[in-house]
Amino acid sequence: MFTDKKKKKGESQIPTASLPDIVFLLLIFFLVTTTIDLDKGIDLTLPEKGGEVKVRSENISNVLINATGQILIDEEPVEVPSIREVVEDKIQARGFGADGKPILIVSIKTDRETDYNTYIEVLDQIKLAGATKISIAEPEGKR
Amino acid sequence: MKFKAKNKAGAEIPQASLPDIIFMLLMFFMVCTVFKEYQGLPIIPPAARSTEKIETKRNITYVWADRNNRISIDDKIITIKNISAIIGEKFAANRRLIVSMKIDKETKMGLVNDIQEQLRDAYALRISYATRFK
Repeated sequence: MFTDKKKKKGESQIPTASLPDIVFLLLIFFLVTTTIDLDKGIDLTLPEKGGEVKVRSENISNVLINATGQILIDEEPVEVPSIREVVEDKIQARGFGADGKPILIVSIKTDRETDYNTYIEVLDQIKLAGATKISIAEPEGKR
Repeated sequence: MKFKAKNKAGAEIPQASLPDIIFMLLMFFMVCTVFKEYQGLPIIPPAARSTEKIETKRNITYVWADRNNRISIDDKIITIKNISAIIGEKFAANRRLIVSMKIDKETKMGLVNDIQEQLRDAYALRISYATRFK
């Protein structure tokens, strides 16, 4: 029998019955090891050091957050949920530039004791309002 | 000499491409897989509705800061002053670096700003505040 088989020279075959098993094993291994959780967050580009630009004061909207989490937008106290509306109105009032982006620059200034959570809530609202130019000022208070 | 009866199970799947298939799968997953390198600090990120996904995992470096003002990069606890040197090195190796700030929601802004100042020193200007979907 053995000699018979040998005669068929071009037909010696690898058994393929285990092919699906091998592939599934590989698949399962990589499925387990691959981390699919994408990183998520709020993107922001920091300004370069030293490059101070003068901006006309009417194009800037100042957002102040104090240590206790109270918020002032252009000297007027605002609650977190209504920031979006206020900023949207201000953006509309200032109009849009040639690139279709709002002219208004929103400057956020916090205290050194302000909670990060409050800051993110405010930043979130400003982003939702459609502001693209957001600047972050040096916090008040001593180091 | 008698030959065996003609191969009954002759209809076989061609396996010449078996290694190709497996290598293709391997290649695909090897390209896709990014192994986790470190764990970081225990933090609870704030929630935000404008949370976006960051597309490229390869360009991301994490800076962790917890509520006890500890800062960690690559699983090493470091002081604020060392951030710019470490990030500067990473930025030199990859110009498209995005720094993902994994900061606990109870951290104070003073610390956050100090970290940002260090990042500006290192010219790593693209940052992302790690947040949860609201």
